[in-house]
Amino acid sequence: MNHSDPIVDILVELGRTAPGGVIDAVLRRTDLADEYAVVEGPTGPAYVSWNGRGVTAFVPLDVVGSPDDFERRHPRPATQIDAPPDRLARHLEHTLETGRLGRLPVDLSSIGEFQRAVLEKCAEIPPGEIRPYGWIAREIGNPGAVRAVGTALGRNPVPVLIPCHRVVRTDGRIGNYAYGSPMKRALLEHEGLDPEAIEVTASRGVRLVGSNTTDIYCYPTCRHAKRISGTHRVEFRSEAAAEQAGYRPCKVCRPAA
Amino acid sequence: MTVTLDRLQERLADDTDGAFPDLVRSLQDGVYSGALQFTRNRHDAEDVTQDTFVRAYRALCSYDADRIRSLQLRPWIWAIALNVCRNRVRAKSRHPEAPPVDEHIDPSTDPASEAAANVDIAAWRTRLGTLPGPQRTAIVLHHVVGMPYEEISETTGRSGSTCRSDVRRGLAVLRTLIEEEGT
Repeated sequence: MNHSDPIVDILVELGRTAPGGVIDAVLRRTDLADEYAVVEGPTGPAYVSWNGRGVTAFVPLDVVGSPDDFERRHPRPATQIDAPPDRLARHLEHTLETGRLGRLPVDLSSIGEFQRAVLEKCAEIPPGEIRPYGWIAREIGNPGAVRAVGTALGRNPVPVLIPCHRVVRTDGRIGNYAYGSPMKRALLEHEGLDPEAIEVTASRGVRLVGSNTTDIYCYPTCRHAKRISGTHRVEFRSEAAAEQAGYRPCKVCRPAA
Repeated sequence: MTVTLDRLQERLADDTDGAFPDLVRSLQDGVYSGALQFTRNRHDAEDVTQDTFVRAYRALCSYDADRIRSLQLRPWIWAIALNVCRNRVRAKSRHPEAPPVDEHIDPSTDPASEAAANVDIAAWRTRLGTLPGPQRTAIVLHHVVGMPYEEISETTGRSGSTCRSDVRRGLAVLRTLIEEEGT
């Protein structure tokens, strides 16, 4: 009966389409969508995304070329803007400069307890040093979970920032990386390590080094191991061999529990 | 619309974060169209639409799956939206820093081709503003947003037949207004 009423016809015409910005803003305000920008990373430009809780992804442009590609592989809607907000930008710059996570907030809210423990432990590895997967497993109180540690690191949402490139195979070889082995080597080289030398040492079966003046043994890249001069440097193939020679593990790099 | 909202509701209960963007997509045009009548300009209507869905999301996060399944989505969203509109209008009247801005001089971004239609919106907002609150609410929700009386009743807490007579009386007043404008 209302169909004959001209006023009703006009009222229906008052309907409008919501401006396109509404859904973007709502999803950002509810942390269901991220913003992202291009920043300069250690191996060149990279996409970094974030929401209200912190950084959500870090992907070098070498891995994902176009913004479309980035948005397609990102797990949530994402909008590109010029640069991260000031506070985040400051912390991010600090992390990229020093190689330490510092106070940069990372959104780990959708990540399980085990993976979070792995990533937090990984973030403790100083720049210019490497640790085997087994080290993380042992440090988080789960020494049998070496393979699971590898999986957890492979799903690191923020490689480079959380330095999973500093975690290597148990035999000392550099091994795989979420963004490919060449980038892992490039990142280690950028931190002053020599990837070739690491591989050579590993291929000789050397996993630990000690000092015959202190009788302490370390991982080869521990800052204390790097100070040992050639004449005092002793090499070991295993923790057991070092212990047998009367050496104790370093308390900084903790090569054994 | 009803069928898709039903399915959406099931998805919201199972995966609130995953289904929420579709909830916004399904209901944002209606909320925005109504808010254009309940607030002073496009800018306010856009803010109200945003705030409504942000509040809805926070509420959904605090509900368990059964409670989400028992919601009537559109009436529920509109109960939130009416509250947001009221708060906004109240806050603006307490801080009248700027005179009300009508659509046709609103400096926001709509293409010029919509200008003629926008004059309409402002004029109708004024006419609807002369109605008693419940009549204005019922008319906007029924004829602008397109909600059936049962849903309006769920939103406002007034019975379905009362909502129906609110609309009828409101339309009669509007008809008189138009006739007076014509003379």
